[in-house]
This record gives sequence, C-alpha cells and structure tokens, in this order.
Amino acid sequence: MMAEIAAAPKNVKFIITRQDDQQSTPYVEEFSLPYRPGMNVISALMEIQRNPVNAMGDHTVPVCWDSNCLEEVCGACSMVINGKPRQACAALIDNLEQPVRIEPMKTFPVVRDLVIDRTRMFNALKKVKAWIPIDGTYDLGPGPRMPEKKRQWAYELSKCMTCGVCLEACPNVNEKTNFIGPAAISQVRLFNAHPTGEMNSDDRLEALMEDGGIDGCGNSQNCVRACPKGIPLTTSIAEINKQTTKHMFKRWLGV
Amino acid sequence: MRGFYSRKIHSLLGVIPLGGFFLEHMLTNFSAVEGGPSGFNDSVLWLNSLPLVFFLELFGIWLPLLYHGVFGLYIAYQSKPNLNRYNLERNWRYTLQRVTGIITFIFVVWHVFETRFQVALGNVKHEELGGVMHDIVTQPLLLAFYTIGIISASFHFANGLWSFLISWGVTVGPRAQKVSSFLCLGLFVLVTFMFLISLVTFRDSEFQSAAAIAQTLKAMI
Repeated sequence: MMAEIAAAPKNVKFIITRQDDQQSTPYVEEFSLPYRPGMNVISALMEIQRNPVNAMGDHTVPVCWDSNCLEEVCGACSMVINGKPRQACAALIDNLEQPVRIEPMKTFPVVRDLVIDRTRMFNALKKVKAWIPIDGTYDLGPGPRMPEKKRQWAYELSKCMTCGVCLEACPNVNEKTNFIGPAAISQVRLFNAHPTGEMNSDDRLEALMEDGGIDGCGNSQNCVRACPKGIPLTTSIAEINKQTTKHMFKRWLGV
Repeated sequence: MRGFYSRKIHSLLGVIPLGGFFLEHMLTNFSAVEGGPSGFNDSVLWLNSLPLVFFLELFGIWLPLLYHGVFGLYIAYQSKPNLNRYNLERNWRYTLQRVTGIITFIFVVWHVFETRFQVALGNVKHEELGGVMHDIVTQPLLLAFYTIGIISASFHFANGLWSFLISWGVTVGPRAQKVSSFLCLGLFVLVTFMFLISLVTFRDSEFQSAAAIAQTLKAMI
C-alpha cells in the first residue's frame, strides 16, 4: 500500500487560452497532466495531443501550437507563458510556477489556439532589405574583409530568430501604431555593419525613416530585457537612430 | 516619412526651445528666493524688455508648446503600457513620461490661463504676478496642484532629455545610457527642488503686501 501511494504520479496543472479560429472569441481550458522529469511546455502540449482530455475529464480537441527546432533557435514556438513571452521549448516545467498559464502572443494575429501569424515580421525584413545583394550575371570577386572585432558583435545580432518576443514586449507595438518593432531595426544595424552590405545602407535607413519606422520607438527598453538570445536591441536602436539622423542631415545638405 | 520628421521635431522642440525656457523660468522664479518681490519683479520686467519679445514668445514658447503638447498627447494615446508584465525601471520611466506629459499639459494650460493669459487680457500687470502667485499658493489645494504639476513637468523634462539623447543617436551604448540616466535623474531632483523652493517663497507675506499694494493701486485708479 505504502509503495503505491509513494508512486502515485504528481500532476501538473495547465491553464491554456484557446481560440478555435481567427475570428472566434478566446476561451480558457484547463488540463492536468502527469509530471515527468525534464518535461517542458512542448512535451506537455504533445501529451495533450496524445490524450486530449481536459481537467474535467472531458474529451476535447487537442491544443494547436507551432514548433520546429526544439532548441530555442528557430523562434516558432513563442507564446506567453506565465505572463512572459518566451519559447515554449525552453520553458522547463521544473522552473515554472504552477499552474502554468499559456496564452498566444496576441500582438500577432492568432490563427488557432497558440498558433500565431508572424508574417508582419518577415514583411518587415523585406521592407528594410535585410540581406546583402550579391547576385548578378558575373562573378563580383571577393568582398572586403570584416574586422574581427566587428564580426564578434555583429555575430550577436545575427542570432535573431524573428521569434516576435521583442514585439510582444514592446508597449509601442499595438493596434494603434504601425511600428516595425525592434527586431528589424537590429537587422538593419547588422547588414549596415557588413562591409558589402554597407553599400546599400541608405536603402535600409530610408525604409526605417518611412511611416511605421524607427520613430515608433518610445525607449521603454523592454525588448532588450525580453530577448531570449540576449541581443543588444536598444544599442541597435540607438545606433540606427544615429545613422538615420546623420542620413537626414546628409540628405538635406545634399552631401 | 512624415512620421519620422514629425516625431523628430517633437523631440527637438521638447529640448530646444522648451527645455531652455523651462530652465529660464526656473531661474526667474528663483530670483524671488534671492531678491524677494523686487528681485522677482526685476527678472520679470527684464524678460519682458527683451527686443522683439512678442516673436520670442511666439516662436520660442507658444508654437513649440502647442506642437509638443498636442503631438505628445497623440504619442501617449498610441502607447499600451505593460508594467504588469514588465515591472522594470526603464519601462516605469517610459510610462511615467507619458503620464507626466498629460499632467504637465493640464497644468501648463491652467497655469498659463492664470498668469500670462490674464496679463494678455489686461486683468493683471507683469508687476502683479508675484502677488497672483501668492494668492494661488496660499490655497492648500492649489498648492498641492502646483506641486504635482512642478514634479510632473520636471520629470518630463529630465527624462525627456534622456530619451532625446537616445533618439538623436548621442547616447548609443548601455553604459552611456546608464550615465545619462543618473545625470538626468540628478537634473530632475535639482530642477524640482529649485521650483518648489520658489513656490514656497511665494507664500511669504512680502508677496502678499505686494499683491495688496497692487490691489489698492488698482482700486484707487
């Protein structure tokens, strides 16, 4: 008898905000899952998928979510866990307060349950031309070398996985503004720092000087604290503030 | 493109000329502490004896104030504060910048109505402003309102200067932004103290007598 009681499984409670489709109103559903060592939010969602029964014991539709790499480098599984936007794959149950509250990142359009549509972030990267144009009809030869010191900090910026946490954390990214958000601004700094990318720096700066550009930043600096990759987003924003300010004067004076 | 320039102008006007005028106002008030009613009057009269004073006021104060105030309200409206989620110092300052902006807007409208607007209407003369202030700050409720207004305006000015330095790309790295935080916090404390000390000085009975003399003179005329 004693052994049986000791072996009785611990349960972990989850409170999940769900939504059936883009238009329907969100609702909350609770789940109680057996604890397993090392479990994280994704494995819990997988368990619900395997056995879709809610805390009331009723059979329900499995919760939908988005994930890919399961090692915090792809950015697909971002959701709001216990009030903070973060990657579900890196959210270990052992480190979370219970019950675990899971919501979608509502800054983005909710597709279903925890699945969100981050298209605006990819459009932002297109808008600021976050790439280095080298395609052509003939070999351009090797580009200029990058100083090692610069490469080191530029590498940090390249860790951005377009996960959307910085946009979710920003008080100026909301339905009343069209602010592009910190991620794309940091990518402009990255590609403007590249010796070949620098050749198109004006295009990127002008994209950020358009409506919804860098002027939307209000210096709350939540982004830098929220970024799961520790990217110095506020330094990037201030540096691009400097570059756009210089560009503005250069354009006026016709240099 | 429009957004970029309108926001840049908003940021610039907050420091030049409005920040400059704010400090000038602080010094004028402080002359009441230093020289009493006559010292204050001399400062007010000196300011009003500047050449082209109408245009200085129009382009140095009224128009920038109107633009900065109205556009600032729009900026405050556009924000969606999230202190519940990010209870962080910088996020507090972001939120307070917007809150103090709104309080300062109301305070400035009220204050201008009581002082400069009455001068423009001809109800009050420049020399009587010390007495007007005395009548205001001897009422506890208005004293409290003025104190809140001063603290709000000083915070909005000092913290606005901090974010101005970021928005124009002066302080880029985290260290520079930290040092400028301390400098601007110091400025906030200093400016608040200077304004409040002047405010308390206006409660002095010397200013009452100035007000009384002005009243009797007015009555006699």
